[in-house]
Amino acid sequence: MNIHIKQGRLVDPKHNIDAIQDVFVSEGKIAGTGHAPDGFVADQVIDATGLVVCPGLVDVAVRLREPGNEYKASLKSELRAAVAGGVTSLACQPDTDPVLDESGLVEMLKHRTKQQQLSNVYPLGALTLQLAGKQITEMNELTDAGCVGFTQSDNSITDTQVLWRAMQYAATFGFTVWLRPQEPYLARDGVAHDGEVATRLGLKTIPVAAETLALATILHIASETGAKVHICRLSSAEGVAMVKEAKQKGLEVTCDVSANHLHLTEHDIGFFDTNCHLRPPLRTQRDRDALRQALLNGTIDLVCSNHSPVDEDAKLMPFGEAEAGATGLELLLPLTLKWANELNIPLLDALTRITIAPATTLGIAQGHLGLNASADICIFDPQQYWKIEPANLLSQGKNTPFSGMELAGKVRYTLVNGQVVYSS
Amino acid sequence: MHNPQLTKEGKLQHLLTTEGLPRAILNQILDTAESFVGVAEREVKKVPLLRGKTVCNIFFENSTRTRTTFEIAAKRLSADVITLNVSTSSQSKGETILDTVNNLTAMHADMFVVRHAESGAAHFIARHVAPHIHVINAGDGRHAHPTQGLLDVFTIRRYKPDMHNLRVAIIGDVLHSRVARSEIHALTTLGVPEVRVIAPKTLLPQHVEKLGVQVYHDMNEGLKDVDVVMMLRLQNERMNGALLPSAQEYFKCYGLTPEKLALAKPDAIVMHPGPMNRGVEIDSVVADGGQSVILPQVTYGIAVRMAVMSILAGNSE
Repeated sequence: MNIHIKQGRLVDPKHNIDAIQDVFVSEGKIAGTGHAPDGFVADQVIDATGLVVCPGLVDVAVRLREPGNEYKASLKSELRAAVAGGVTSLACQPDTDPVLDESGLVEMLKHRTKQQQLSNVYPLGALTLQLAGKQITEMNELTDAGCVGFTQSDNSITDTQVLWRAMQYAATFGFTVWLRPQEPYLARDGVAHDGEVATRLGLKTIPVAAETLALATILHIASETGAKVHICRLSSAEGVAMVKEAKQKGLEVTCDVSANHLHLTEHDIGFFDTNCHLRPPLRTQRDRDALRQALLNGTIDLVCSNHSPVDEDAKLMPFGEAEAGATGLELLLPLTLKWANELNIPLLDALTRITIAPATTLGIAQGHLGLNASADICIFDPQQYWKIEPANLLSQGKNTPFSGMELAGKVRYTLVNGQVVYSS
Repeated sequence: MHNPQLTKEGKLQHLLTTEGLPRAILNQILDTAESFVGVAEREVKKVPLLRGKTVCNIFFENSTRTRTTFEIAAKRLSADVITLNVSTSSQSKGETILDTVNNLTAMHADMFVVRHAESGAAHFIARHVAPHIHVINAGDGRHAHPTQGLLDVFTIRRYKPDMHNLRVAIIGDVLHSRVARSEIHALTTLGVPEVRVIAPKTLLPQHVEKLGVQVYHDMNEGLKDVDVVMMLRLQNERMNGALLPSAQEYFKCYGLTPEKLALAKPDAIVMHPGPMNRGVEIDSVVADGGQSVILPQVTYGIAVRMAVMSILAGNSE
């Protein structure tokens, strides 16, 4: 199958290309850009005039909910949402039921996601059995089964000796440990930032210190053990400053921010809007501005959707009882573009943070359109506004703080392995 | 942002919090309450304003006093009253709040009085009820207890009519107190120039000063020259642990004794939302003393709740 993508604006951050160039796809690979390879005969021509052609997006933080929570979402629904959002590779979280803590489960998941023939799925395995923070998992077995890193999801390890050993063990084999910094005692029962809004609304709080204390612990252990660490979902200006300092000292650390946190603050909770019940909590404008700047200056390496579909009933509750999370796969592109537009950031630099940067962090070969690269391609209209509402979202999770808003950036075609898996 | 407790015309649709309520509506409630104070002193303690209406008290969290005063208020307005203690019935069977509310709506209730342990529960219910139903928040988590805040303000106004010339001190567990939040918003909206909170740092929320109050940790300083001393209840479970070392030490630092009260203005009034912990936050001598208006607060509570219910009912006509 040969596909000729014609007259599009090719933006490939890895190769620093931003130009009107045709893209030629053959046998699932990139066969050439600019000029057709010798003897190329297209089976299909995609007219990309006025559209951006870029590597398929890579999202490092996705909850597929399957197995165990199919009432919230299923592999089928979420992978369809992924390709509708232009996401062709994603890392999924192990906090399913059962937890992804043994190789058989990972193999099963890989097999079942392959069957869908949609996005490529790269599981993050559990760092400890049951994510309980007591016994480390068989990281080599899990890696052989397909895991690309290890994480605790939202379950912090309270026992620092276990954390130390887990990172030491991971460091032995060069595995990356993905940790969201949150000190569980300070965050206990909390649902909102410890600030003005929570004070007014009487919500239980998660102070910034819950992030910075955990971050200090993680960075310190990383430095001692030599573990490769990826810091997940930074939420505070203080956290940003600590990561910046660690990077300046030469620590091998990367980090991400969720697209929600680039745009929202505690004030968006308004009158208890459960769509804004997120983990980590939305913080102040100062924090949000620091996150936006850090993503620009490289302290934060990449943006993720932190896609966490929640069923309707779990949000139809008072704020504190509602389940945390928001759908995100289909919003990653428009929310990243919004950030770039607001900060006057060139498209190429914006797309870096959702293509090659996350691919590099995950250690996967995707995220670019070089010769012979896997033909995972996103073709989108950067000018087209679309309304975020349940009817327009393929994800089974319909809840997002951006519900009702119009955002620019609509995916028109998504290709995975040279196959058109989505078009609109 | 649209204020969820007002109609498009700016009238009161629900009473969820005192925050953001226009001064005119606060005054309307207080003035209406004045007219109901007399009802209780009549031989026939009833007015027909809510005749044929059904008021439903839904208590997801236990309460005796608030529930009783709402019942009395509704009955004096001639409404039919149903009281549900949901904490002991359907919630334990897995029914959601919305299920409960929808069931009661199907029974043609007109007004819901709601108490729930989670902040925002009343807003949540108000957002999902049929448009003809009025919701009154009878306490949601740490967030708001507007009728209590209003009855406190009503009491103050009765004893100290010049609201623009008052110093009010609120003492105790502000962090967990929906009463304190509702009082602060009502007092500041009505133009009270100085509201103080007095508490150890463990019992104050972050940035409490953004609510428009002055923060004191030393009771001897904070009580100086105040006109109103409002004590807050300290829940038993907060007395020993990480927030406070003991009830004794709390009383030593923040309990209201005659000596401390002497620092306030000589004609200062003493208030407490009840139920009191004598010897923990307040000395019995003070609670039962000449400056205490704690029992009048209870009496006025009924008048204020009648006022709120009658205004809401009037706004649907």
